Amino acid sequence: MANSTKSKNGENVLEIKNLTVSLPKGADREFAIEDVSISIGVGEIVCIVGESGSGKSVTAQTVMGLNPPDQLKPVAGSIHLNNESILDVSQERLRQLRGERMAMIFQEPMTALNPVMTVGDQIAEMLEIHTNMSSGERYKKVLEVMEDVNLPDPKKMIDSYPHQLSGGQRQRIMIAIALALEPDLLIADEPTTALDVTTQAQILDLIKDIQKRHGTAVMFITHDFGVVAEIADRVIVMRNGHVVEHGTVDYVLSESTEPYTRMLISSVPSLTPPKREPIIKGEPILETRGLEKIYGSLGLFGRGRVVHAANQVKLEVRRGETLGVVGESGSGKSTVARCIVRLVDPNGGEVLIDGNDIAGLSQKGIRPFRKDVQIVFQDPYRSLNPRRTVGQSIIEGPMNFKVSKSEAIDRAAELMRVVGLSPDALDRFPHQFSGGQRQRICIARALAMEPEILIADEAVSALDVSVQAQVLELLDQVRQEFDLAVLFITHDLRVAAQICDRIMVMKLGEVVEEGPTASVYADPQHEYTKLLLDAAPGREVDFTAAVTG
Amino acid sequence: MLTYLIKRVLSVIPVLIVVAVIVFLMLRLTPGDPAAIIAGDAATSQDIAQIRDKLGLEEPMVIQFGIWVGNMLTGDFGDSFYYKRTVSSMIADRVGPTVALATFTIILACIVAIPLGTIAAYKQGSWLDRAVMGMSVIGFSVPVFVIGYMMIYLFAVKLDWFPVQGYQPIADGIGGFLYRLVMPSAALSIIFIALIARMTRTSVLEVLNEDYIRTARAKGLEESKVMTRHALRNAAVPIVTVIGFAIAILIGGVVVTESVFVIPGLGTLTLDAIQGRDYPTVQALIMLFSVVYVLINLVIDVIYTLLDPRIRY
Amino acid sequence: MAIEAVTPDLTEDSSRQSGWSRLFRNVSALIGGGLLILIALMGLFASSLTSLDPTEINPSNRLKSPGHEASIRDDDGNKQKVIAHMGTDSLGRDIYSRVVYGARISLIVGIAVALASVVLGTVIGLVAGYFRWVDAVVMRIMDGLMAIPAILLAISLVSLSGASLFAVVIAITIPEIPRVVRLVRSIVLTIREEPYVEAAISVGTPTHKILWRHVLPNTISPLIVQGTFICGSAILLEAILSFLGVGIPPETPTWGNIMAEGRDFFQIHPHAIFYPAIFLSVTVLGINMLGDGMRDTLDPRMDRNI
Repeated sequence: MANSTKSKNGENVLEIKNLTVSLPKGADREFAIEDVSISIGVGEIVCIVGESGSGKSVTAQTVMGLNPPDQLKPVAGSIHLNNESILDVSQERLRQLRGERMAMIFQEPMTALNPVMTVGDQIAEMLEIHTNMSSGERYKKVLEVMEDVNLPDPKKMIDSYPHQLSGGQRQRIMIAIALALEPDLLIADEPTTALDVTTQAQILDLIKDIQKRHGTAVMFITHDFGVVAEIADRVIVMRNGHVVEHGTVDYVLSESTEPYTRMLISSVPSLTPPKREPIIKGEPILETRGLEKIYGSLGLFGRGRVVHAANQVKLEVRRGETLGVVGESGSGKSTVARCIVRLVDPNGGEVLIDGNDIAGLSQKGIRPFRKDVQIVFQDPYRSLNPRRTVGQSIIEGPMNFKVSKSEAIDRAAELMRVVGLSPDALDRFPHQFSGGQRQRICIARALAMEPEILIADEAVSALDVSVQAQVLELLDQVRQEFDLAVLFITHDLRVAAQICDRIMVMKLGEVVEEGPTASVYADPQHEYTKLLLDAAPGREVDFTAAVTG
Repeated sequence: MLTYLIKRVLSVIPVLIVVAVIVFLMLRLTPGDPAAIIAGDAATSQDIAQIRDKLGLEEPMVIQFGIWVGNMLTGDFGDSFYYKRTVSSMIADRVGPTVALATFTIILACIVAIPLGTIAAYKQGSWLDRAVMGMSVIGFSVPVFVIGYMMIYLFAVKLDWFPVQGYQPIADGIGGFLYRLVMPSAALSIIFIALIARMTRTSVLEVLNEDYIRTARAKGLEESKVMTRHALRNAAVPIVTVIGFAIAILIGGVVVTESVFVIPGLGTLTLDAIQGRDYPTVQALIMLFSVVYVLINLVIDVIYTLLDPRIRY
Repeated sequence: MAIEAVTPDLTEDSSRQSGWSRLFRNVSALIGGGLLILIALMGLFASSLTSLDPTEINPSNRLKSPGHEASIRDDDGNKQKVIAHMGTDSLGRDIYSRVVYGARISLIVGIAVALASVVLGTVIGLVAGYFRWVDAVVMRIMDGLMAIPAILLAISLVSLSGASLFAVVIAITIPEIPRVVRLVRSIVLTIREEPYVEAAISVGTPTHKILWRHVLPNTISPLIVQGTFICGSAILLEAILSFLGVGIPPETPTWGNIMAEGRDFFQIHPHAIFYPAIFLSVTVLGINMLGDGMRDTLDPRMDRNI
């Protein structure tokens, strides 16, 4: 079973054999992908899984012929679509095949749609290119496909521009474009990665449903094993441009003996929280009461747009405790963090640091408290000043508080060891480090202030899953070592389950549920929490257990 | 939409006030008696007393400013003591050639530059791209009066294809009007061709990296339609912006070009007024040019709303 | 947890460090820089390159063609034959000498304007970008300044304050300042949103240190590029002012003045316009090519800022 490249019914829509694509000179390796063989049969969903740099997207774009020809050149192997070799056909024929026989949807539905063209026109364009329909026929067909992807009120939406739609609706439009001509092959490149978890669940359902109804072959690219468990018939694992393993979804998820696959799967955090002793002792070191933040203003004519990003938010964190704030985009979770660090000024309520209200303090008045609260941001590539050495970044804070330079450097060297990096690295610049390493440096910078409270604002969200696990482990380790109160902000329920003592769920600026992690996950009280947990992809599979068990 | 338009029109007011203050202060902060400077060298002491009275020079600065702006708003731009005429009547006489030259130039520049820039972007790195970029850097570097004289020398003196200098009003026949406008417009358009071609190339290149271009190609759309329907349409906003900024350079260029080709427009009027130290005329012309610049950019902002549905108010 | 070995990733070199070395391999920058060095050397050694005084009027040598042999008297009163390589103007002055000396004025104006507008514009832009209430006022003033066409503003300023080198530099600097302010302000507005600036705020770094340490360094490359282009346009504007007769006093040898003087006899003696025109254009071309090269190598973001 593990080595079967044949699909269920023997006839393959797509047949990639020993494909090798070269990278331009001066890249870190010679080939983007090497000796890759993949086949996809009628009505089959094949997931290609891998971390960044695995070559999964290059594979997809090579099939579509969308790679820049001067940079990524297929140098060996073949690609057959319905037994037609698409590496050999003319540009004209390839253009015909795109849209008619194969179609693609992308990660960012906002940027993948032309912002100055109505969505209806963008769907109709597909028909205009490949069919001889009259404009009236096209209009009818567009409405039909829009209905097919469950878009509400197609007659009204047909004249909308992309920015007027939600992320999920945009992705549905993309799918409508791709499926307008009922292609044999649909390539989906991380189509749900940019979406919220509840939207992701809907889009995955839609793809499954359409694939069933039309019998489309689907090549589905993802980094998320939860999504794989949800949607795949067969799985191909890629790493550094090579296929590491392929097999059926059941085999790969639960029986695989390939070490890399097992490492990836075991890094996926479990949705079941581990047992943690509740922390009840002591006064809260961080507390907010009735925290309010409103963005936007009423405008000159009273018609401005107002977003209530934080509405009466109340939270408490004790020393040694991790409070998780969970929510989708627009829930206000990051606003709460930024109010506490006073990167934005709250409109009302109290922010108490060890009993002192800092919500109304001026930027000057807040400086003494800056030592106590530190924050780690999401984007490891923008969190460190590229022009300053790692050491300079770490000692900046302590030196603001009159610590001598030599003392600050000694402390920085010690912290580098704490976060698992060599102290020699202090003289290096951020670009010499990987994303995970940079996130460790950011943690060291925060710790250099000897804070009481550490806020992690989506601090592991931008990292590959294997690196994510390591950074999570580090965060938990420093919490224990320094007896920190941690406010952990995330959109990812799996991550939150692993690290948080208590969970707070936010929606549209309001706290909808709060409680010990285990009880929130086992017995969610609020409808929205239930919805979130249900939407988590691959919730039936416990990855950690699957591999070790 | 209407709210936005009203807001945008109102936002012109502070800019024009700043311009008026600058123009007003330029004269008042210069050492010497403003009345004497305005009256010019040929004025009598009676003239000076009359100006002093009309401009309220005995009053505080703020009131003087108010009087000056008030006069302008009622269409009274003052009197030229140099020409012994009202400034507004002189401007009315000279406005035609300038409008003709500027309009002709900008149309010519767009017709040449936008296709050039688009092709250069599409063929990025090719010899064509290099040639367009090379020509554009030269276009930036050679001043308009040098280009003007080179054209006069080549096409008028040596080849005798065009008249050396001069202007003919459109009323005296459209043929002669256009015939005499060709060289000045061509000379003046060089820098705009350079500017607009470059901006077009840059913004089309930027757009070509966007995901929706990949989507369009994934649909199987022909390259020519990818360029026009998706790329150029999205690149339009920065191109139109640069045309707006170019209006300021255009006005400066008009002054020089009119001087080189001896065209009796507002540019030569400005230079004559400066040389004749005819300050009421100079002040009025600067105000006029600035208002034109601000208004054209206002119109461009409104055009944005047609080009890009994302711009909301 | 094991200590990870940090392997420097050399393939992903930051643009800041390799920018200068790439600059020295950029063809456009090399040609432009080379042309500029030649012009600068010409201006520097003007007195050794010429044998005639650029301001000396010689009525017997009026309007001679290039290559004319002129006779002059040296300090001892002896007659000497000298070749006027580029001919003479209507006052009999040697155009070659005037062109060579003209490089000095052009470069002085270009560099002075670039430095003055960049320094003033940066200070204003930093303050405007970081403090909201200053921003509103300053940007309205800048909008107003930008609404007045640069040539007109400069012409009026010079004509009001009297023609002199200093007045010309000031008059050209003022209309350039708003462009620098807008550039610096837009960089400040982008950089202040960067997480590393927010991190610096949250470790208690005072505002002046944030501006100095984290914001200002980001403006340097764009400002070098912008300053180069300003230098070029200032040289052009100075030439235009002189050419229109409202710049530096006409006896001073500047390229614009030589051309202004040659206008009336242009159809018979075009050399009085063409020689200075070539030097002017080559100088500005050199500067613009250098600027283009720097923009491509030091600061790819600047693309949109023409």
